[in-house]
Amino acid sequence: MAESPFKADIERVQKEYSEKMTPGAIVYIPGSSVVNKTGGWRVFMPQFNREKCIRCFMCYTLCPEPAIYLDEESYPVFDYDYCKGCGICANECPTKAIEMVRESK
Amino acid sequence: MPMRKVMKGNEAAAWAAKLAKPKVVAAFPITPSTLVPEKISEFVADGEMDAEFIKVESEHSAISACVGASAAGVRTFTATASQGLALMHEILFIAAGMRLPIVMAIGNRTLSAPINIWNDWQDTISERDTGWIQFYAENNQEALDLILIAFKVAEDERVLLPAMVGFDAFILTHTVEPVEIPDQEVVDEFLGEYVPKHAYLDPARPITQGALGFPVHYMEARYTVWEAMENARKVIKEAFDEFEKKFGRRYHMIEEYKTDDAEIILLTMGSLAGTLKEFVDKKREEGIKIGAAKMTVYRPFPIEEIRALAKKAKVLAILEKDISFGIGGAVFADTSRALINEKEKPIMLDFIIGLGGRDVTFDQLEEVVAISKKALEGEKVEEVNWIGLRKEIL
Amino acid sequence: MVPLEEVKKMELPADVKKKLTLPFEEHFYAGHTACQGCGAALGLRYVLKAYGGKAIFTIPACCSTIIAGPWPYSALNAPLFHTAFETTGAVISGIEAALKAKGYKVKGEDGIMVVGWAGDGGTADIGLQALSGFLERGHDALYIMYDNEAYMNTGIQRSSSTPYGAWTTNTPGGKKHFLEQRPKKKVIDIVIAHKPAYAATASVAYPEDFMKKLKKAQTIKGPAFIQLFAPCPTGWRAPTDKTIELARLAVQTAYFPLFEYENGKYKINMPSPNKEPKPIEEFIKLQGRFKYMTKEDMEILQEWVLREWDELKKKAEIFG
Repeated sequence: MAESPFKADIERVQKEYSEKMTPGAIVYIPGSSVVNKTGGWRVFMPQFNREKCIRCFMCYTLCPEPAIYLDEESYPVFDYDYCKGCGICANECPTKAIEMVRESK
Repeated sequence: MPMRKVMKGNEAAAWAAKLAKPKVVAAFPITPSTLVPEKISEFVADGEMDAEFIKVESEHSAISACVGASAAGVRTFTATASQGLALMHEILFIAAGMRLPIVMAIGNRTLSAPINIWNDWQDTISERDTGWIQFYAENNQEALDLILIAFKVAEDERVLLPAMVGFDAFILTHTVEPVEIPDQEVVDEFLGEYVPKHAYLDPARPITQGALGFPVHYMEARYTVWEAMENARKVIKEAFDEFEKKFGRRYHMIEEYKTDDAEIILLTMGSLAGTLKEFVDKKREEGIKIGAAKMTVYRPFPIEEIRALAKKAKVLAILEKDISFGIGGAVFADTSRALINEKEKPIMLDFIIGLGGRDVTFDQLEEVVAISKKALEGEKVEEVNWIGLRKEIL
Repeated sequence: MVPLEEVKKMELPADVKKKLTLPFEEHFYAGHTACQGCGAALGLRYVLKAYGGKAIFTIPACCSTIIAGPWPYSALNAPLFHTAFETTGAVISGIEAALKAKGYKVKGEDGIMVVGWAGDGGTADIGLQALSGFLERGHDALYIMYDNEAYMNTGIQRSSSTPYGAWTTNTPGGKKHFLEQRPKKKVIDIVIAHKPAYAATASVAYPEDFMKKLKKAQTIKGPAFIQLFAPCPTGWRAPTDKTIELARLAVQTAYFPLFEYENGKYKINMPSPNKEPKPIEEFIKLQGRFKYMTKEDMEILQEWVLREWDELKKKAEIFG
């Protein structure tokens, strides 16, 4: 299973993050939004059925976060730290390999 | 050898811009400062100035383009007046908050309504809260010099605030005076190149400028602007010192004229100071102990210098070409703040004079002196006096 | 971000390699605070994919300001300049002039792209003057208007881009049936009247087409404008998973046809001019903002769609 591409960024941002006021309130660390784990927003979560997947990459292309990345075999991996549960991936999947199920916490 | 030419104030401002070598100029015409972008266009067209001149479609877009260009890391310049400056109002705060050292030449013209194209300070005075450094020029030479000094102060690392230089509409903008144009090499030594350390946009450097500031961060961001403005006091004095060394002309936060033994001191800004100096000479011949003072720097307000000046006078008469309805003149209010907690204060009087380009004559100044004398003798006088009103048409 | 060297090392099967048509590098970071299913966030992700590492962005006060993040966060791996609401066109003019004055190459394969990313409010209404100035002066930059058909950031007020019959907080229906009375303003026509170097419409449901248009905007000298159809499920009262479906239906019903303008010639990409477009009802019925429309309102909207589509087809024929 490939690693989330954001993991390295989270470490970098946490190391460089400083609340010290900069002149002109300039933000010097790009991509610092990764420390905000938006996974807590969702009600429904995407459940992935690997057998049905034809690797068309539609889910990866259409995720607005993006919370879907590709592993070594080019199958989608869902990053539940950031997935907001919008359901676009499930709606667009041509083989219905993704199903939105209610998350039980 | 510095060149001596006779030129209008607008041309002097354009020459100052040429010498400072900004890379981007975005300006929109408005009376009386129209000639500044026109002259700059001529310089660019003749290849004497290596700048991109953006022919913007409004003053709001002019300052926005300057803000974008300054954020991309180049020296920028623009010029406007009156309604144009008022249109730029929201962006002025943004430029100061983002610490972008833009320099702007303002042909001080009053604000509508009624529509009026002639001189008073209402346009720049109305922007005193924005965080821009403000200079006021007494003559065309000062207009040129102060613009160069404005670049130096604005781009200093301890300051990094935008600056505006005001010179009176028609009295200076369109009046021809002899002006000494400094040599380009000496100006290059004085100003150097603008090398931004913070604000420059480059794809290799993914920074964000001007992001949202939540209440938990906003006050600190504003405090850094306050600190920069306080630093500007020292930096401006250093710039004045260096300017004298390089160009031989001396500037002060407040220039005093025959104030040492004066009982009444007339304080003002801009071209009116020239009239006051002649008036003071005339009154001294008559034996009246009177002096004049000219504030060259209005923001940051020269608190220390005002306090030193106030110690010399029994009556401090502030002649100003602006009005803040509901309270009085702005310079009077600011001067009062500087002196409010002093143990010994002079009597302070506010004189609203010369609004909308009304000529300030010696008769009007005699009225000022008469009222000041009455105050000196202990009679009750109005604190805010409108001088030169045509009572017959009211 | 998976570095490009790692991607190249990945062994993709031959048939799979064909299908990945977008650049793989990601310059848009998750954790941003866009709504679930936000079309604008998806659009911004595509623009960053196309221009990653080579662009300077200007974003006015709009939803994207919040998406890009408050101080000290940033969701973009690119230099970004936040500006006042109405100034996008003027600021990108200033940045482009400054880069040229510094001697940098602007646009082109190895040049810097200056991109203004503004909503329909900040472009069609308050920002129209600055946009017009930018196009008329001919700066080498790209202006992208993401069209979510209302002032979404301040709470779904109508803009000139709001279609006839839509509910917004300014046109809430009520007892007097006070819905949006005016048709959708054709900003693309206003832009084309300036005869820019390149103008196009795009939709988030067709990412490859959008990418092609972004590449074209990068290579053609002069001002470029792209109007991107970006549905807003929050403001349109639609389910969050229908964003792409709505963006697709908008094109298929000819409500928002995709076409390009270059060198005085119009070229329609989608839908096909030879087929009948789908009825507008298919687009309307998925959105809660159209639920107050009467049958008459729907007919008026359908008539407007077909009339505009007809006009565009004629333009493509005459100026094809």
